[in-house]
Amino acid sequence: MSRPRGGVVIYVSFLLALMLSALPLPEELQWWRPEWVLLVLLYWVVALPERVGLFTAWVLGIFLDVLEGSLLGLNALALTVAAYFMLLIYQRIRMFSLLQQALIVFCLVMLDQIIVHWAKGILGVSSQSLMFLVPALVSAMLWPVLFMLLRGVRRGFNVL
Amino acid sequence: MLRSRLVIGSLKRGCWGKKPLPVASGFFMADVLWLKKLARVSGLSVTLALSFASASVRGTDIKSLFIKESDVGLRLLVLVVVSLVLIFTDINFRQTDMVRSKLTTLVTPIQYVVDIPSRVMGWLNSTTVDYQALYEENDGLKAQALVLQRKLQKMTALTAENIRLRELLNSAEKINDNVMLAAVIGVDPNPFTQEVVINKGSNEKVRVGQPLLDSSGVMGQVVSVSRFSSRVLLLSDSRHSIPVQINRNGIRAILVGTGVGDKLDLLHFPDTADIVEGDVLVTSGLGGRFPFGYPVATVGRVGHDPGQPFASIQVRPSAQLNRSRQVMLVMTRERVDKLNGTNISGENETPRQELKK
Repeated sequence: MSRPRGGVVIYVSFLLALMLSALPLPEELQWWRPEWVLLVLLYWVVALPERVGLFTAWVLGIFLDVLEGSLLGLNALALTVAAYFMLLIYQRIRMFSLLQQALIVFCLVMLDQIIVHWAKGILGVSSQSLMFLVPALVSAMLWPVLFMLLRGVRRGFNVL
Repeated sequence: MLRSRLVIGSLKRGCWGKKPLPVASGFFMADVLWLKKLARVSGLSVTLALSFASASVRGTDIKSLFIKESDVGLRLLVLVVVSLVLIFTDINFRQTDMVRSKLTTLVTPIQYVVDIPSRVMGWLNSTTVDYQALYEENDGLKAQALVLQRKLQKMTALTAENIRLRELLNSAEKINDNVMLAAVIGVDPNPFTQEVVINKGSNEKVRVGQPLLDSSGVMGQVVSVSRFSSRVLLLSDSRHSIPVQINRNGIRAILVGTGVGDKLDLLHFPDTADIVEGDVLVTSGLGGRFPFGYPVATVGRVGHDPGQPFASIQVRPSAQLNRSRQVMLVMTRERVDKLNGTNISGENETPRQELKK
């Protein structure tokens, strides 16, 4: 294990993701908001699995819960589970092309959305439409760009 | 550390070197065996220690390729259980409110920062406006002020008269409520919930349950408070309901949100009751949370379907739920606090203490 470096970069990227997910959008666009926090989290899990793991995912989830005013622990649960699956397959992901990666990301974001939606459904705040899966699609389409961007940032700042 | 590795290395080499020697005295053999054992045992532990130390010292070693998977599974289990317990606690008990309020204070800067673009837009709009438009707006506002002032003149007289009449009836209802101005700094990013964040918190003595108004009607009520901000559940959220009455004839009803921005629902409203398009619904003051008399919604189309037990009524909120930025918090009266105190804690001590004061 080498000495960790550039933790600030990771924190800042998470902070930006949290900001983006709290950014007010017009009502029609709200459905199209990508899951920024999950995307950034997934990138760091793939890139630095020994630094960014389940605990990071959980803490991020708690912050997201507080920011969204949802039940405490809901997003934490969803993010942790998504990060777990990424942690199981991160080595294969590194070998994949961006398109294949995007497909995996689609599945993981969908998993995250479904967990959140289930929990909300149990509590009675939900609708019957499948619109809640739209963010998964948008996130997957965004993944290649975000991946390249974050990889550039990671190499530029030499985050290990 | 590095030196110790060298020592062990030479020790090992020494052992190997000595082994093929034909000298076979029992004492020496035992000595060599002991040395070998020592070298193996200490070598193992020292190499283990070294592998950690050298990695942290030099920093150029290869990263471990695999993370321990069993460990990950265990961690997942623990975190999932913790999350579930947290969710359960959050649903059933109020202990998490304090934690949430602390954490919300921590993330408030994020909400302020995120709000900057819209504030800048507002500022640009107000600074780059053209002179003629300002002139016209000023004229319009002056005219409006005049009209409002005329209403107010009458209002003061009516209020005074009302208070006198109430005194005659021995009723202690107050007419005027104090309000505190606030600004909406964030909206809930989740499309399933209708909530906004305002820039006043427990520092300004905002409490859970306080009603929020904009210039044209009730918007919602405060549901959680942190230090510098609080979260308001809007009328249109499907978890929100508010007791109202028709301003024209006083028929009471419950108005619930549908989860869709500009649509509210009158719950179980009898088909034969007197309600027509254009009726204004005002807060009835029942339930003790919203003070009496604030406009809540306007009745749209009223449909009578013989197949349905209740009338289907379209209701639009009076307040601009998704547009208003300048809002008002009604400073609720003590009576409401007492009600809340008994409701939440189930103890009778709170109201009694307040009565003593």
